[in-house]
Amino acid sequence: MNTLRRALVAALVIGIVKPLAALAAWNKEAFGAKTAGDALESLGVGNAAPSKDLTIDAPQIAENGAVVPIEISSAIAGTTALIVVIDKNPFPLIARFDFKEGALPFVKVNVKMGETSDVRVLAEAGGKHYVATKEVKVTIGGCGG
Amino acid sequence: MAAGPMKMRATLGQGFTDVRVLMTHPMETGQRKDSDGKLVPLHFIQNLTVKVNGKPVVEAQISQAVSRNPVFSFRLKGGAKGDKIEVSWLDNHGDTNSTEAAVA
Amino acid sequence: MRRIVFGAALAVGCTAACAAQAQDSAKEIQRYRQMIAEGSPAELFELEGEALWKKTQGPKNVSLEKCDLGRGPGVLKGAYARLPRYFKDADRVMDLETRLLYCMTTLQGRSREEATKRVFGTADRPSEMESLSAYIAAQSRGMKLDPGMSQPKEKESYALGRALYFHRAGSWDFSCASCHGEEGKRIRMQDLPVLYKPQAARPVVATWPAYRVSNSQFKTMQWRLNDCYRQMRTPEPNFGSETTVALIHFMTVTARGETYRGPGNKR
Repeated sequence: MNTLRRALVAALVIGIVKPLAALAAWNKEAFGAKTAGDALESLGVGNAAPSKDLTIDAPQIAENGAVVPIEISSAIAGTTALIVVIDKNPFPLIARFDFKEGALPFVKVNVKMGETSDVRVLAEAGGKHYVATKEVKVTIGGCGG
Repeated sequence: MAAGPMKMRATLGQGFTDVRVLMTHPMETGQRKDSDGKLVPLHFIQNLTVKVNGKPVVEAQISQAVSRNPVFSFRLKGGAKGDKIEVSWLDNHGDTNSTEAAVA
Repeated sequence: MRRIVFGAALAVGCTAACAAQAQDSAKEIQRYRQMIAEGSPAELFELEGEALWKKTQGPKNVSLEKCDLGRGPGVLKGAYARLPRYFKDADRVMDLETRLLYCMTTLQGRSREEATKRVFGTADRPSEMESLSAYIAAQSRGMKLDPGMSQPKEKESYALGRALYFHRAGSWDFSCASCHGEEGKRIRMQDLPVLYKPQAARPVVATWPAYRVSNSQFKTMQWRLNDCYRQMRTPEPNFGSETTVALIHFMTVTARGETYRGPGNKR
């Protein structure tokens, strides 16, 4: 492939990838934060009120930290986003889900946990934030196999 | 590099549509060492979009802490048989993959 | 003198509170296992397996679609649930993987060396056997385990498997029963099922092969036995050897009647 064609292909590829990347925003600052507090600050999450209408279904003990299933549901009216934070992970911000018209504020996701930690979930509703927490104990399976 | 298989099931529940999607992706944290002792570089899905009949309803930003070969479940309001659901992802390399299914 | 090596185990003479805590932990781990069983990446391996089943390979350039797994050439529904069993053309009892190997060598004309070069894969690249096992096992979902038990060689295989379960060998003088021989034993957080008892064998055989989240790999029964032998510090058994098939046969017969619900999703 000659140089000109190579350059054109490269330009085309960059041209396609860049807009896609621009469309899909990814909060580098928040995801790069090393503490839960910093991550939430980057996301503009201020004081969050504990709410019983925000439920976290997760196992109390995870046999292996590589896959910890977490199911989150918000019954708080007008929930538009759910944020998942694992306090003791090296980068505590795990995910942010934005729900538009047509989706329910519900998600089940499998996450990696480095050690026993609180799993914190925040809901964004009507400009306010709410929080629920659950501790998950992590043990690495025996037999090593 | 061709992305691995992706599978989705969309079924009608009680007043909502249950969407379960599985995707193949290493979700490397950049902290794992390979058999030669070298760090495997960061390689993970950053964005996920769920669309119903072409309209985005869920936009997700995720980190490398989501498990390898991620499995997600979402719930969509109402829904009817035959509705077209599409889930697509974009990773930090700029690679993408998507899958479509009709609500059953 | 027998040296039994176990992880931090509950000491005999444990207080009631300690025992209660152990019970809670066991329950919570059951919950974890239940949660990860729903929505398993194993399905992705099933897709790969389907593609491999249909892929033409080998000097004869044919796919595996005419492979007879016991219910007739190409019949996959319920085939896994009826293995291991005796196959007249090979004149031996075979489990899924040995049967697949047989089809690879006879139907596709591949050499045993080539076909077994990479039977256990990695997280980034599953082996053919792993993907094929996932696909074929899935076609038996919901069916009762019904391994062969009447043919003379099937009876021999079962007896051999049972004898091997209790046969001590290797540098540690271990048998399967050394770990899987007594109720209430565990290694770290995993309870050790007493696999010669039906109620213990049933949930195990009904959920293998399985995706292992701890290393993101799909693992088969041949792998499971190979790894057990590795942990017992004995030499690795040959892939599809009489030993491995006999043990799988023994455990499947012990679990017979159970509804197959794999491929599983495990820790």
